[in-house]
Amino acid sequence: MPEAVAPASIARPDGWQVLKRNRAALIALGFLVGLSLIAIVVPLLLPDELKVTSSASFVPPMHHAAETHATHVLGTDVNGLDMLYRLLSGARVSLGVGLVGALISLCIGTLYGMISGYAGGRIDGVMMRTVEVLQSVPRILFIMILIAALDDYVKEWIDGWRLAAQARNWTDLAANISEVKAYSKVLVMIVSLGLVEWLTMARIVRGQVLVLREMTFVTASRAMGQSPVGVLRRHLLPNLSTIILTYLTLTIPAVILDESFLSFLGLGIEDPAASWGSLLKDGAQVINPLESKWWLLVFPALLMSASLLALNFLGDGLRDAFDPKSGD
Amino acid sequence: MLPFLLRRAFSSVIVIFCVISITFVLARITKGGPFDKEKEPPPHIKEALLTRYKLNGTVWDQYTAYVSSLVRFDLGLSTRYRDWRVSELLQQKMPNSFALGTLSFLIASCAGVFLGSLAAMKKDTWIDRSAMFGALLSISIPSFISGPFLIAVFALWLGWLPVGGWGTVSQMILPAICLAAPYIAYVARLMRNSLLDVLKSDFLRTTRAKGLTETQAVARHAIKVAILPVITFLGPLAAHLLTGSMIVESVFNISGAGMIFVNSIQNRDVFLLGGAVIVYCVLLVLFNLFVDVIYTLLDKRIKLYA
Repeated sequence: MPEAVAPASIARPDGWQVLKRNRAALIALGFLVGLSLIAIVVPLLLPDELKVTSSASFVPPMHHAAETHATHVLGTDVNGLDMLYRLLSGARVSLGVGLVGALISLCIGTLYGMISGYAGGRIDGVMMRTVEVLQSVPRILFIMILIAALDDYVKEWIDGWRLAAQARNWTDLAANISEVKAYSKVLVMIVSLGLVEWLTMARIVRGQVLVLREMTFVTASRAMGQSPVGVLRRHLLPNLSTIILTYLTLTIPAVILDESFLSFLGLGIEDPAASWGSLLKDGAQVINPLESKWWLLVFPALLMSASLLALNFLGDGLRDAFDPKSGD
Repeated sequence: MLPFLLRRAFSSVIVIFCVISITFVLARITKGGPFDKEKEPPPHIKEALLTRYKLNGTVWDQYTAYVSSLVRFDLGLSTRYRDWRVSELLQQKMPNSFALGTLSFLIASCAGVFLGSLAAMKKDTWIDRSAMFGALLSISIPSFISGPFLIAVFALWLGWLPVGGWGTVSQMILPAICLAAPYIAYVARLMRNSLLDVLKSDFLRTTRAKGLTETQAVARHAIKVAILPVITFLGPLAAHLLTGSMIVESVFNISGAGMIFVNSIQNRDVFLLGGAVIVYCVLLVLFNLFVDVIYTLLDKRIKLYA
């Protein structure tokens, strides 16, 4: 089977070369990889006494707390939890929700867009009208209602597993499950955001499929008796991969923003789990002119803005490199 | 034009109806009813309350009762704020959100078009680069970060503007800027790309050939064409400003409609939630329709198909 050649790249320089020359995008990529590694590794290395609540609340950054016998590099919050630990576990949750939520929306959007574009005609018309209608629905309200509806069911479901484990005397597993329960909101948010964010991806993929399916190699493949599913999988998907990657990178910050938006309003991630949004909510609650607890607000704000900026830079870089339709 | 409007009105009603149905059903299958409290009321009282609000029986019965009251333009009673009609609560809260949204809308569209045009005309200079970097920055900073930051700088540190509250013009400035910031950036980026395309076109070369300066050519001819993609964005923009004001209202302590959503979901106040969703959807639909009509008035080549 001959390799399918990306039609858009014939007359243009290779997208990867364009990307390699884009220094801002490369710096952004480095930052994101570094941050992810730090968020995964460093919380494992921190001493355990930093990870539990203590009486040392509101310790400023770089101060030694007598109560915990520990120096808090970024200070502590109202419950005496170390901010560095909170910030990095928040990064895990926020980036994780962003990535997995975006991947779910990628799967739905790609599948939907490919079917719609390849089928064409009336099916395409109906499917695209549906996307337009869904786009005119206030998205964030929908996520809010969906999360409220799903949350208790998921909690109950996890409880069912815990009881089943207890009944069989698997105490370790039962303890693990009750720890997982604290993160049930994370699961609910990933699913709800993924179910809502796929519309742009579907439109972009469909647009590309409309161009690609008229290409000679697709006709040739069909003439050789390839089934529609085979054509989509073998020939269209490889040619769509870069544009999917681009819009995946642009969907991640959108999902992270939605997640933090909900967490800030108190509808998202709940204690003891943290995300950047819930940390900022805690920080904004204690802001006052007399005794400023700036570290609760400044560190999550800086880290979140920097990450979103990096993701947007990288996404823009990828779009300039791979999306033939994106202007200059 | 008229058939188009009728058809759009029809499909809009269907969209709103679907949204309401899904909202109501999701809100009613959510665990915990509107009258569940920590101190559980006696069963017969709870039953009487549910009957009074037509929330007993199957979800289908409740849904048909709700829809039949909606058809009579009755949004029902709030289950949380006893003896308040949903319409009264909305009338009380909507004007604040509406004023904030309108002001932000004006700021976002005017500043965005201006900055985008400036960046396009000065392409590849430091003005263009810093404007586009600023745009990416303000897209990346959510309003719950920029809000406290603006408060800290302009209210607490410089003392120019009040910290929060609502009513005077000076109290409106910070929240409106905070809400508009990311959308200034979206509009500016859209405007820049669109104007760059137009600047390459033939009719603009003609205007330069007949002796107009670059500024005159852009102001008199190019803007008119380049602004069209921006106008299509204004519909979604209005939607974002309406829902986005939730955060800004909570940061700046404004009593608006945004908090109705959050509170009614948490209180399981299903009729208030439904009423607020209806108002938002209707505004959204009206705005999208308005944008389509404006679009045809500006660009004579576009016909609206019925």
